[in-house]
This record gives sequence, C-alpha cells and structure tokens, in this order.
Amino acid sequence: MNTAKSLTISLIAASLLASASAVQAGATLDAVRKNGFIKCGVSDGLPGFSYADEKGNYSGIDVDVCRAVAAAVFGDAKKLKFTPLTAKERLTALQSGEIDVLSRNTTWTSSRDSAQGLNFTGVTYYDGQGFLINKKLGVKSAKELDGATVCVQAGTTTELNLSDYFRANKMKFTPISYDKSDESAKALEAGRCDVLTSDQSQLYAQRIKLAQPDQYVVLPDVISKEPLGPVVRHGDDDWFDIVKWTLFAMVDAEELGIDSKNVEEMKKSTNPDIKRMLGVEGDKGKDFGLANDWIAVVIKQVGNYGEIFERNVGKGSPLKIERGLNALWTQGGLQYAPPVR
Amino acid sequence: MTEHTASLPPKPPFWNNPQIRALIFQALALIATVAFGWTIFDNTQDNLHRLGIASGFGFLSSPSGFDIIQTLIPYSATSSYGQVFWVALLNTLLVSALGVVLATLLGFIIGVARLSKNWLIAKLALVYIETFRNIPLLLQIFFWYFAVLRAAPAPRQSLSLGDAFFLNIRGLYLPAPQFQPGFGWVLAVLGSAVVLVLVLARWARQRQMATGQPFPVLRTALALLLGLPLAAFWLTGSPLHWEYPELRGFNFQGGLAVIPEMASLLLALTIYTAAFIAEIVRAGIQAVSHGQTEASFSLGLSSHLTLRLIILPQALRVIIPPLTNQYLNLTKNSSLAAAIGYPDLVAAFAGTTLNQTGQAIECIAITMAVYLTISLLISLGMNWYNQHVALVER
Amino acid sequence: MAESHIPHPDLPPPANVIGVFGWLHRNLLSSPLNIALTVLALYLLSITILPLLNWAVFDAAWSGETRADCQAHSGACWIFIQAHFDQFMYGFYPEAQRWRVNTAVLLLVLSAAPLFVRAIPNAYKVRLGLGLLVIYPIIAYMLFKGGLFGLSGVDTRRWGGLFLTLVIAGVGMTAALPLGVLLALGRRSQMPAIQTLCVTFIEFWRGVPLITVLFMSSVMLPLFLPEGMNFDKLLRALIGVTLFQAAYMAEVVRGGLQAIPKGQFEAAAALGLGYWKIMALIVLPQALKLVIPGIVNTFIALFKDTSLVLIIGLFDLMNIVHNATTNPEWLGFSTEGYVFAAAVYWLFCFSMSRYSQSLEKRLHTGHKR
Repeated sequence: MNTAKSLTISLIAASLLASASAVQAGATLDAVRKNGFIKCGVSDGLPGFSYADEKGNYSGIDVDVCRAVAAAVFGDAKKLKFTPLTAKERLTALQSGEIDVLSRNTTWTSSRDSAQGLNFTGVTYYDGQGFLINKKLGVKSAKELDGATVCVQAGTTTELNLSDYFRANKMKFTPISYDKSDESAKALEAGRCDVLTSDQSQLYAQRIKLAQPDQYVVLPDVISKEPLGPVVRHGDDDWFDIVKWTLFAMVDAEELGIDSKNVEEMKKSTNPDIKRMLGVEGDKGKDFGLANDWIAVVIKQVGNYGEIFERNVGKGSPLKIERGLNALWTQGGLQYAPPVR
Repeated sequence: MTEHTASLPPKPPFWNNPQIRALIFQALALIATVAFGWTIFDNTQDNLHRLGIASGFGFLSSPSGFDIIQTLIPYSATSSYGQVFWVALLNTLLVSALGVVLATLLGFIIGVARLSKNWLIAKLALVYIETFRNIPLLLQIFFWYFAVLRAAPAPRQSLSLGDAFFLNIRGLYLPAPQFQPGFGWVLAVLGSAVVLVLVLARWARQRQMATGQPFPVLRTALALLLGLPLAAFWLTGSPLHWEYPELRGFNFQGGLAVIPEMASLLLALTIYTAAFIAEIVRAGIQAVSHGQTEASFSLGLSSHLTLRLIILPQALRVIIPPLTNQYLNLTKNSSLAAAIGYPDLVAAFAGTTLNQTGQAIECIAITMAVYLTISLLISLGMNWYNQHVALVER
Repeated sequence: MAESHIPHPDLPPPANVIGVFGWLHRNLLSSPLNIALTVLALYLLSITILPLLNWAVFDAAWSGETRADCQAHSGACWIFIQAHFDQFMYGFYPEAQRWRVNTAVLLLVLSAAPLFVRAIPNAYKVRLGLGLLVIYPIIAYMLFKGGLFGLSGVDTRRWGGLFLTLVIAGVGMTAALPLGVLLALGRRSQMPAIQTLCVTFIEFWRGVPLITVLFMSSVMLPLFLPEGMNFDKLLRALIGVTLFQAAYMAEVVRGGLQAIPKGQFEAAAALGLGYWKIMALIVLPQALKLVIPGIVNTFIALFKDTSLVLIIGLFDLMNIVHNATTNPEWLGFSTEGYVFAAAVYWLFCFSMSRYSQSLEKRLHTGHKR
C-alpha cells in the first residue's frame, strides 16, 4: 500500500470510525477470533429457517448452523451476531465482508460458486421449488396453472425456474415480483396473485404465517432442484473448511447416534469412529485450528443434524415437514457426509 | 530616488500572493479528488478481483431468464438483460409521463381553487395541499397499494361497467383498440389537418395585424381537427375494432390492463405532486399584480382576453421554472415503484437484474446515468426556456 | 326659533352585507357559480369527512387488548396502534434501556428550548446553538449506543421506530449543513477547479433519486472500501442521506449568498479581512439568516425522505408500521397503521412548515407592504 492510499484510507477511517471495524485480510478465522463473535447473515423472517421473535431471539435451521460454527470456533454457541438480509442484499453482504457466513436458505448454483465469488460449504436442506395455492381454486397440479398470476420473490433462482417451467410447458403466466417474501404472502392472501411460488420449505413456513393456513395447499409438483446451504467467501480455504466440516460433523453425529443428550456418555464408547469424532482419540481438531473436542461441543450445545431438523421444521415444529430427501443416506435420503478421520 | 525604493515594504512572500495561493489550493483539491477517486477505483478492482466477480457490460447481451409483468415492447424470458433495461426504462417513462400530465391538471385545478372567492372551496384546497404535501410519498403509495387497492374484489366478483370496463384486485381492464389496415389513412388525414390548422393560425394572425379583423381560429381549428379525421374514418369503413377483456381461466384476458402497482404509484405521484404544483400555481398567479388586470380592463380588453393575453403569460413565467422542477422530482420519485413491485428502472434493472447477475456497480451506474441524463436534459430545456421568455429590459 | 338641520340617522347597512349572513353571502353565495361551488364543496365534504369521522372516531374501537376486541366495531381498530405503540416509537430497542432514548429527547428539548424564547439575545442563542450542534450528538450517541460508563451496548440493528427516523433526520441535517455551506462557498468560488468540482458534486446528487443513493450505499459502498473495512448498515445509510442532503443544502445556501450585495464583500475586504474571515464574520451570518426558511424546508423534505430507508431494510417508523401490518395476529389493519404513521409524519412536517412560515414573516418585516 503506498502512502497516498494509506493516507486517504486513514482519513476516511478517522472520520467515519464510529462503527467501522477493522478485519484482517484473508484469514476470516483470525478476524472472527479477534472480534470474539461470528457475523452471521440470516433471513429477514422465515419460520423454521431463521426467525426472530418479538424479543429479537433467533431460531431455525439456518440459525442453528451458525450457532454450530460459533460452538466450533469459540466453544460457545452464543458468540454470534445476526444480520437479517433480504434476498437482494445477501450476496453483496457476504462479498463485502459485512458477514462471515451466510446461512440464509441460499441455493447452490454454478454461477454463484464461480462468477459471484462465493463458496458453498454443503447442503443443509435439499429443497425443490413448488407452488402454494388457495384450495378453493381447485387446482391439483402445477400443469393446470396456465394463465395464472404468480407471486415470486425478486432476484432469486425461483424467479428464473418459474419462467423456465412455464416456457417448457408452453403455458402463460403473469409474474409479480416483490422484494420480501412477506409481501408475496400478503399478496397471495389478498388474492393479488393466484399462486405463490418458492422453495417448498419456504412455502410451508409462509403458510403458517397466513391468517387461515388450512385454506392453502402446497401442490405436489417440484419444478427444480434447490440444495440450500451455508455460503462463505471465495478464497479463504481455512474458514471454508471449518464451516463445511461443522456441517458434516453434525450429519456424521446423527449417523453414529450421537446427540446432545448422550454426547458425554458416548465419549466412553469403544467405537473408534466415535472416539475420533469426539476428540477422545487423535487430534483432528488441531488440523482445523480448533479445540480437539470441537465436535463434541457442537453436538452438546446445538445438537446433531436430525435434532436440528426435527426441532425447527420437523415434527417438533409447527411446520411439520417430513424428512424426505433430508433423511440420512442409510434411511433412503440424501444426507451423506464424508467421514471424520 | 534610492531613498524612495528603500522605503518600499519588502515584497510579500509568494505564498501570500492570492493568485499563487489559488493555484496551490486548486492543485491540492484536484490531487485530493484524483487520489480519492483512484483509491476507490483501486479498492474496487482489488475487491472484484479477490472475490472473482466478473466486471464489464458483457452481461447485457446474455439472456435474462425471468419475466416481467408489464412490458411496452416485446419481451420474454429469452430476451437479453439489455432488453430488460429498455423495458424498465419505458415503464419508468410511462408512469412519469402520465403522472406529469395528471399532476399538472389536478395541480392547476387545486391552485386556482385555492384562490377562489368561495371560502369553502379555498379552504378545501388549502386542506388538500397541507395534508398531502406533509405526508411522505412512500407512505401514500403504500396506503393506496396495500390499504385501498388490496380491498378490490377478486376477478370473479369484478366491478364492471357495461361489460367493457372491469375493476378487480388484478387491476383495471379496459377495451383495447385494434387498428385495421385502413387506419393509416385516418392518421394521415389527422396529420394534414394539424398542418392546415398551423397555416390557418399564421394567416389569421397576419390578417389581424394588418387589418385588425380577428378570425375565430379556435373554433375553426377544432372543427378541422375533429371533422376531417372523422370523415376519413367513415370513408375508410371504420377501420378500428375494440378488443374487450374477458374472464378466462384465472384472469381477464385481452383488452388493456392497468395493473394495481402502476395505478397506486400513479395515484400517489399525482396526488402528492399536485399539492406542490397547486402552491406554485397560486404563487404564480398572485405574483401578477392587480394593477395589470385593472390596466387591461381600462384598455377595454374583455376578462377572457385579459386572462389570456395579460395574466397567463406573466404568471407562466413565474410558474414554469418551479413546475419543471416538480416534473423532475416526479420522475425521480417514480423510482419508489421498487417498494411495491412495479417493474420500473430501479426495481427491474437496479434490483432484479443486479441480483441475478451480481453486477452491482454496472447496474447502479447505468441507472444513475439515466436519471442524470433526464435531469440534465430538463435543465437544458429549462435554460433555453428561461432565455426565451426572459424580460427584454431596455 | 332657529331652524337647525338635523340629519336623518344613517340607515343600517342591508342585512345581507353584515354579520353572519353578510359573510355567507360574500363568501359562499355571491353568484350562481359561487353557489354551485359551495354545493360542490359541501358534497365533497359529506362524502369524505363524514365517513372518515365515523370510521376514525365514532365507530372505532378505542380500548381493549386483543384483536377480538375490535371485532364488534365497524370502524378503525386503534387497539392495533396501542398494542404496537412502544414498538412504533423505539423499534426493537431493549425495553429496559428505553429510558436512555427518553432522556436524550428530554435533554434535547430542555437545552434547545431557550433558542425559541424571543427575550433571550441572539448572541447567546448562537453560542448555545453551536454548542448544542457539537456536544449534543456526542452525548446522544453515547446514550443510544452505550458500551461506556456502565451502559450496556445496544446494537444499531435494534434501533427503530420514530426514534430511528429522528436519528436519521437529525444526523442528516446536522452533518449536511456544514457540508452544504462549504459546497455553496465552493460553487461561488473564483477558482475554476474548485467551482467545477463543487458544481459536479451538487448536480450529481441532485440528479439521482435518493433510492439509488441508498442502494449504492448498501450494495456498492462495501466494494469501494479497502478489504476488511466495513461500516454498519445504519452508518452507510447515514452517509448516503448526508451527501444527498448536502447537495440540496448547498443550493439553498447559495441562494442566500447571492442575495448578499457585493458591497458587503468589498467593504470587508477593504477592512483587510481575509477570505475565511469575510465569510465567517460578514457574509455567512447574513446569508444563513436569509435562508433559514429554505433550510427548514429542506429539512422537511429530508424528514419525509427518511421513510425510504425501508427499501434497504432499516426499521424506521415507516418500516416498523409496515412490518406490524404483516403480523399474522393483527392482519387486516394496514389502514390504521398507515393512518397513524401519516399522522405522525404530518404532525412533524406541518409544525415545521408553520414554524418556517412564521420565521419568514418575522425576518422579512422590512419588505412587507
């Protein structure tokens, strides 16, 4: 950095210091350690995935992923700051360093991985795009939607899939795109549009926010693949690995039967896989620059993948979504994590 | 002599010389600006490179992949992002142009009502002005969109007028004109009628200058403008059909549809801007002193001629500059469309396109450039007008 | 017997020129057109005001706790506003800490009150005003943000409601004024380079809509900064609003500068004052006094424009009301919400515009006929 540049920068910094926080280049982990918390980007309100109650406490699958990363790094799942982001803002917020990890039901696509400077760390939820519609219209399949008015969230892959689907099936439609998912739901309820399209998980979440949830059904058709997962910035492999393996560890833990309640007992297990995972044997944590028992801490404080799923969107939640594709591979689903060894 | 030179004060040091100071100061300012600009440019380059974000305007020719609710030119999901730009720009211009016309009409009515001798009317106008100009425009847009138009009935329960006009939550549906082949003749006749009227007006003015005989230009012109095209229309066998909107499937099909997003934006823009225009009109009319009217009457001009030849030209000179300013504001304010999903330049281009491509800098730069161009064009027009109508002082 | 002339007493004026009837006749019924207009006005009133009054006052639900208490009433449900009132005022600011906001507001009202008392000499007012401009923001910032003197820190993300609206408007104004004065001076400067820079800056910001400026501050500013440097969302919005506002302010101040006769500059220069002294002691005090109404007007515009931060997801009054109308437990009360927000904005803007009008009258006594 030459003097002119540093001078200007220090000028800006001095005048605007108020809330500017300096973060070291490259090593996100160092910066996170220095700050003492992880800056996590979440949704601006999607029950089951990330939702702030009236007191501002967040909950949901996406939120739990962040909590798990915080547990892995700090040994404390509370060392987090959440930034609610609209679909529009989310990618720039991550690119610019406003957040360290984006866990906001974001679909993994090639262009996001390549041209937009992002790295997807895995899949927290295998989703597909569907349609939510008022029962009284009597529509049974998406193929009957010719001529419908469709509400969709602006600037999402959903918007693109929607056009593709109608074009491929030679049907016409009128799109109405809003910035916020709340507004789309409101429009559906008011009858501004006939049908709301989004990832199915979101449709279930939107539905419970409607005044009369029973009046609406999610159509059986799935028109796209939507693998949702946490995203980090391109170019910081250490940080990428930590987030990726936090995710894998939670899936592996479910497969091995480790959950938040039995994790302490499991440390006494004789199974070498479990011993390695919980840091009783070997030093797997050091390779990541983390504590050796980091997985045990994650599981203890946040839970394994199955627990997170059931608690937020599954049977233990108002959404009541089936595991389906998100069951473990051993149970006919797609959740499969590489081994910890 | 030598004594005299010696008593001269020493020459001030060069940094106290105003010219040199000015030069140094300007040089410093320029260097600072360039350094600042360069820092930003360099940072941006660094950031884009580090994040692996592609830059440049190449994305404009790749297909967009999404549909848009209102397009004035042919557009589909296979069209390019460049086409999205034009669609969005035209949507912005459409709502601005309509807003300008409606706000001017309403504004003039309210402004004149504000000066009415009728106490009730004057107070009503005052209440209108004070209410609507003190409430944020965005709030008014939301009010019309979410509170009023959302209360409209569902398509099957549409309010209808003679089975030709329908109002429901999906919008206002009107019959659409369908031009048949012979319609070109009607347009051609209309064009020649306009030329004829211009020639007539010129001739009438010259005659009045020469002989003092007035000619009823307005009536003749109206007769020509209406009569000739109508005759042509009838002669060519009525080459115009109407396409009526019809309820088919989920929605009304055919006809012209005014979507509620546009309707509420237009309503709010009109009502808000009209409040400002009314004040401008009032001030403009009040700026013409009463002596002008009295003098005109004493010259024997009728009250109609007084208004047309004495008051309006003077009032307009005061009214037009701030009025154009309001037009400019209205155009810029139309960007609030983004909040309710009307696909204007900011919503469809600086919003959706930006998001689908990730080309933040390019999209925002293009959008800002468009608004800047519009505002520069209006300023240029304004300057030209000001020179044109400026009082020639002797 | 001398005959003296006793004039008849004056006849009283006809009944239709004096009193209530006279007023009615003059103002409402003087001609057929006038009568028609009166009827039209009465009709307009009857179709707007009456239903409005019914809805807002007579049929409205005023007391209760829940949505159910509103079902019995056909009019407005003001319970919706009551239930959300604290949220509308403070946003998500922690309840236990809200006294800090109240204290800051009270402090501002108390310390600014002397500025509006006419008996206090202007010299004191100026000093007090300038002092307030410098010191108050610091105190307020410490109170709001916390993290010092045992106050717990409150993240700016939790700021909201009317409180946030006032913060944005207040910061935008106090930061834009000095910047605007500098820009105006630059635009009037003799130095071509400075002048060009200032004109470009001013025309750029005046030519683009605020919403694109906010967009830019939220999605582009991060890309302009060196890697690793980051501002929070509120600060970014404040930067955008301030720059935008400064350009408008500059044009207002320029109007004042142009109104100062050249003789003032020349006289000051003849006394040997330098540029900055001429400006600070002679020209600006006169020019700024002239444009106070203009400054208040731009402030009103700014106050209304703060509602645009909704677009970038800050929870100002506008957004928090909008957000509350989507609360599933309170669906269907958007009209009440918007009417309430409109009333609050209106109250602020209208009183400011009245204040500016009265100032204008007071400052322009010399030129009135």
